[in-house]
Amino acid sequence: MSNPVFNPIPPRRLDPVSLCFTGLTGLATVLILAILGVILANIVYHGGANFSWGFFTGGTAQDMFDVGKSGVLPMIAGTAARVILMSLFVIPAGVITAVYLTEYARSSSLHTRIIRGAVNNLAGVPSIVFGLFGLGFFINFLGQRLDAWLLPGAAEPVWGKPAILWASLTLAVMTLPVVIVATEESLRAIPQGLREASLALGATKLQTVWRIVLPQALPGILTGGILAISRAAGEVAPILFTGAAYYMARLPQSLTDQFMDLGYHVFILSTQSPNIDKTRPILYATVMVLLLLTFALNLVAILIRARIRTRMRAAH
Amino acid sequence: MSITVNSHPALAGRDLSADAARNAGHPMIETRGLNLYYGPSQALKHISLKVPERVVTAFIGPSGCGKSTLLRCFNRMNDLIDNVRLEGQVLVGGQEIYDPEIDVIELRKRVGMVFQRSNPFPKTIFENVAYGLRLLGVKSKSDLQDRVEKSLRQAALWEEVQDRLHASALGLSGGQQQRLCIARAIAIEPGILLMDEPASALDPIATGKIEELILALKQDFTIVIVTHNMQQAARISDFTAFFYLGELVEYGRTITLFTNPSIKQTEEYVTGRFG
Repeated sequence: MSNPVFNPIPPRRLDPVSLCFTGLTGLATVLILAILGVILANIVYHGGANFSWGFFTGGTAQDMFDVGKSGVLPMIAGTAARVILMSLFVIPAGVITAVYLTEYARSSSLHTRIIRGAVNNLAGVPSIVFGLFGLGFFINFLGQRLDAWLLPGAAEPVWGKPAILWASLTLAVMTLPVVIVATEESLRAIPQGLREASLALGATKLQTVWRIVLPQALPGILTGGILAISRAAGEVAPILFTGAAYYMARLPQSLTDQFMDLGYHVFILSTQSPNIDKTRPILYATVMVLLLLTFALNLVAILIRARIRTRMRAAH
Repeated sequence: MSITVNSHPALAGRDLSADAARNAGHPMIETRGLNLYYGPSQALKHISLKVPERVVTAFIGPSGCGKSTLLRCFNRMNDLIDNVRLEGQVLVGGQEIYDPEIDVIELRKRVGMVFQRSNPFPKTIFENVAYGLRLLGVKSKSDLQDRVEKSLRQAALWEEVQDRLHASALGLSGGQQQRLCIARAIAIEPGILLMDEPASALDPIATGKIEELILALKQDFTIVIVTHNMQQAARISDFTAFFYLGELVEYGRTITLFTNPSIKQTEEYVTGRFG
């Protein structure tokens, strides 16, 4: 029998189908980037012109539709406050739910599947529906009962009216699935061996969750928080009926005050102005502030997460 | 003489492992007619054996024979798995540990475990060993330091890590990590140490260190070790139990079981002809 023949390796051929596909994916990427670039450039070009210290620190005391007289400080304060307040509600609630689902509940049981299904469905509910839910549940149901219980016979409702508290709670309900899903993912990524090691040393389940599992999941939890903030900062529909004010002469002082909001203000400026040409520069600048605020809130959360990650890697 | 316990119905009454226990102190762990099911499939079949105090007992057998499952009965780690059902008795220190009155947390403080894959916490070396002590309520810094040092010395790791106690445990080599896990387990002074293939992921040198360590530790601890490595069982254990398909085939002194097994299946396995 002759020796086996090693056939020469043929030269590389260009496959037109894969070439087309590569081109197509590249084109899609360029398109997305171009759209984003046009939007940002447009906003920065028109909005940047109206940027001044006075615009940032000014209120709307004189004429909210007139360039040079209007400012956005109340809206920055209102939007930042409602987002931070929302985080205080949604992060603990979401984390506790995720811990229950991954650490305590039997994954195969019917009621775990029902909870998971409910969380997924919650994520698909349109935001205006959350707004109506907030009005119906928090203000008309909870708020009015609080009024009847705490301040019987009061002429003016204190709790049973739109307020920053109810708007934040409505946003928290809306962003709950985001936090739950992100936390669940980070909990599932923790090796089972760590839990076993802790339990085998005589730790209770709670001790294991508190000392081993949650510290490990912290970066993932913060990712959930970042996603929730990003989603909530720009939302207008859920706060329309639950707390946002068309105009307020002062900043909100308590949880039961209404507030002015950047996103809602953009809507007002673009639909209610008597002179759209005079208002347009403010509109652009306000949109730019909304984007900057969202980026800034994200940046803070990302920096905190990065810090925790480094600390976990170095000191632990 | 070799001692056998066979789950075959005809032999079910013959609990000859009592003899093994008589030869070396009281039984520390005892199972009586233990059956274990994962859902519909039976993983352990009528296991009755006695593990003597302060000796090394090795569980050997091919993959899936139930030896790790049995080991995990002794500190009730099987509780963590859904659909596990258990029949029969497991006694540790004379107490029925599946009694509903038994506090499983307290049981696990008395029965330590070392796992196949080393699983140090992503904390410092010091905090890994101190973890169990803190759970016990040890708060004083000097107490913690003393007991951490003692455990690391017992685990033959002190010399290597004393300069970097506050560095991450994840920076240690695989063998060092496994010895750290042993130090962590013995820090809370359990009477019993369960080891589930503790050296299977280690190189021969690291394995040698673990084996030396096990021989040193048996002065203070009752050790049960699951191993795939027959030479390892022969080197370090006083008693060996051979399992096959969920049954305890043969159990006796290691030297007898390896040189003069009374059951043909055992002989074929320990000589490497099957398994």
